[in-house]
Amino acid sequence: MKADTGRRFAVRAPQLRGLRMRLVVAFALVAALTAMTTGALTFREARIGVLQQSQDAVITLLRGQANRLAPELPVPPSEAELRRFASDMAAAEPSGAWRVLVTYGDLRATSVPGDRFEELTPALDAAVDSSRATVFQRVKSGGHTALVVGMSVTFADQSTTASGVQVFLTVPQATEQAYVDALVTAVERGTVPALALAVLLALLAARGVLRPVRALRSATRSIAEGRLETRLAVNGSDELADLSHTFNETAAALEQSVAELRGMEARARRFAADVSHELRTPLAAMSAVTDVLDEDAARLDPDTATAVRLISQETVKLARLVDDLMEISRFDAGAAVLHLDEIDLAESLRRTLAARAWTDLVHTHLPPPDVLRGRVDPRRLDVVVANLVGNALRHGARPVQLRLTGGGTPDTGRLAVIEVLDSGPGIPDHVLPHVFERFYKSDDARTRTEGSGLGLAIAAENVRVHGGIVRAANRPAGGAVFTVELPLHTHELPDDATPGAVPAKERRP
Amino acid sequence: MPRVLLIEDDRAVRDGVALALRRQDHEVAAAETGEEGLERLRSFRPDVVVLDLMLPGMPGLDVCRAMRALDQTLPIIMATARGDDEDIVVGLEAGADDYVVKPVQARVLDARIRAVLRRAAAGGVEAGIPKIETYGDLAVDRAGFAVSLRGVPVPLAPSEVRLLLTLSASPGQVFSRQQLLEAVWEHSYHGDSRLVDACVKRLRSKMGDSGHIQTVRGFGYRFAAR
Repeated sequence: MKADTGRRFAVRAPQLRGLRMRLVVAFALVAALTAMTTGALTFREARIGVLQQSQDAVITLLRGQANRLAPELPVPPSEAELRRFASDMAAAEPSGAWRVLVTYGDLRATSVPGDRFEELTPALDAAVDSSRATVFQRVKSGGHTALVVGMSVTFADQSTTASGVQVFLTVPQATEQAYVDALVTAVERGTVPALALAVLLALLAARGVLRPVRALRSATRSIAEGRLETRLAVNGSDELADLSHTFNETAAALEQSVAELRGMEARARRFAADVSHELRTPLAAMSAVTDVLDEDAARLDPDTATAVRLISQETVKLARLVDDLMEISRFDAGAAVLHLDEIDLAESLRRTLAARAWTDLVHTHLPPPDVLRGRVDPRRLDVVVANLVGNALRHGARPVQLRLTGGGTPDTGRLAVIEVLDSGPGIPDHVLPHVFERFYKSDDARTRTEGSGLGLAIAAENVRVHGGIVRAANRPAGGAVFTVELPLHTHELPDDATPGAVPAKERRP
Repeated sequence: MPRVLLIEDDRAVRDGVALALRRQDHEVAAAETGEEGLERLRSFRPDVVVLDLMLPGMPGLDVCRAMRALDQTLPIIMATARGDDEDIVVGLEAGADDYVVKPVQARVLDARIRAVLRRAAAGGVEAGIPKIETYGDLAVDRAGFAVSLRGVPVPLAPSEVRLLLTLSASPGQVFSRQQLLEAVWEHSYHGDSRLVDACVKRLRSKMGDSGHIQTVRGFGYRFAAR
C-alpha cells in the first residue's frame, strides 16, 4: 500500500515541530527568561549593595583617620612631614592594602615610596580641587578594580577654608569583585538546573497531553482498518477526555450503522438462499417429469404441444438458475469447499469442451499431456472454463480460442494461465469493470440470454476460492479476452510415497 | 424390469420421480419415510434404492446405514441438495454407491440407476480372463462377481466390486480418480472424486486393510498383486 506509507510518512516527518517539541521549547524559554531576569536583578542589587557598603566603610575610616592626624600636620608641611602623614593615614587599615597620596601644592608624598599612583584620574583630581566633599571613583586598570577616594583637608576651626592638603586613597576591590563574580556564577549555576527542570516538566506535560492524543491516533487508525469495535478509555474530565468520549460515540454509531448494513446484506443474501432452497422441491418434482412432457408432446394437438414444450424447457432453465443461485449463496456464506485433486489440466480442459460438444467450435492451444499438472478442484475448474467459453460463444464472435500455458514467479508459485479469446466486438469500456457482477446486463435492456446471468460471477468466485485471479480485457486486435491465473499448489505435495513402484509412464515429468 | 425402491418425503417429487421411472421401464415402489422404506425392503426386494437424505423422522443417513447393515450388496443412490457437502461424504462412507443432486431430470437418474445395476451385473463380461484370480490371500471371481479373503466371502456393494475388478485387471498400473470415475461410476471426468476415495475406504475396511489397494499421491490408486 504505497499511498498509505506515503501518508504516514507525511504525518511523521514534521514531528520536530510537534506538540512535544513545542512544549519543551516554550517551557525552556520561560525558564531561561525567568532565571535570567531574576539573576540580573539580584545581581544588580547585590552588586550595588556590596560596593556601596565597602566604599562607605572606606570613606568613614579615611575621614576618621584624617580628623585624628590632620591637626598634627603643620601647614605648610615639609616633604618629610607629608610622607609621614601619608604613611600614618595608610596605617588606618591594618592589612596594608591602602595606598595613600598626600599633596600640598606641588608637594607629593605617598605611603608606598615611589608609588606613581596611576589610578588617580585628572577628573578626580579636578573634582577634589573644586569640592569640599569627599569624592570617589571606581577605576579599572590592568584587570583589577580599585576604589579611589579623594578629599581636601580643612581646618577644624575654619571649616570652610581648605588647608591645601589633599589626601588620595586607593583601595583594591579584589574581594568585592570576587564576591560579585561569585554572584554571577551562582546565577549561571542556578539557571542550568532550572532549564533542565523546565524541560523535564515540559516532557511530563507533553506526555500527559500526548498519551491520549496518541491513543486517539491509534484508535482512529484501528477504525480505519475495519476494527469498528475499537473504543478509548476515558480518564478524567478534561478536553481530551471529552474528545475521547466523542470518539467513542462516533465509533459506536459507525459500528451500529455498519452492523445494520451488514445485517441487511446478510438478510438479502439469506433471502436469496432461502428462496432458491424453497424453489428446489417443486422444481425437483417438475424436473422429474419434463422428459415425460417432451416425449408425449408429439402426440398432443399443436397448441398444447407448444405449451407443454415451453413448460419443459423453462423448467430446465429455472432449475439451472436456482442451481446457480444456490451455488453463489454458498460462496456468500463462505461454505464453498475445495476438493483438490491433482490432475492434468490440458486433459481437464479438453474434457470440458467435449462434454458440451464444443470441441469443434473452439480452437485450443494446450500443452501436451502431463506437462501441466496441478492440484485443483476438477468440478470447479470445469465450471470456470465452461462458463467462460460459453460466454465467449454466446456473446463474442467465433472463432473462440482456448489457451493454456504454465507461468508464475517464485512469489506466486506455479500458475496455470487459461485464456479464452473471442473475435467479437469486445466489451464496452463502461461494462468492463462490471462483467463479473451478478445479473449484470451490458445493454440495460432486460433481454434474456441463455445464461442465468450468474455464469461469469460464478466463474470468478470459483477462481477466487482457488486463490487465483480472473481478468477481462479487450484485445488490441479486437475481441475480448478472459484470463484466469490459477495457482497449481504443486509445492504442497510431498514426493510419491513409493516412487520405485510407480510405472515409468505414470511418473511425474 | 429393475425394481427401484424410492424413499422421498415430498409427495410431488415422489409421484413425479415414480412416474418418470416407470416410464423408463422400472418397477417402482415409493415410501414416504425411512421406516416405511426399511419395511418395503423386505417385501419389495428392490434391485436398487433411491434415498432422499432429507427425511422427516429417521434421517436418510441412518436409513442408509440400516440398509447396509441388512444387505451389504444392495446398490444405494442418495438424492441430496447441492451444498450438503458433509452429508454427501458421510453418506458415501455410510455405504451409498452414488448420489444425484436435486433437482434431477428423470433421464439422469435413470442413467445412474442403470449404471449402478450394470456394476452389479457386470460379472462374466470380461471373457478370456480366468474366472478366479488369487492375489495373496485375496481371491477374485470375475465371472461370479465375488471376492473372498482367506477363503471367507467378502460381501461387496456393486461399486466396490467394480472398483476392485477395474484396479486388479491391471495390477501395478496407476489409475487417476477421474479414470476410475469414468470406468466404475460412468460419471464425467469432472465428477466428484470423493466417490472414489470413499469407496476405496470402504473396500479397504472390508478387506481388512490387506494393503492391496495403494494410494499414489498426486495420481490416484493402484492394485498391488503381492
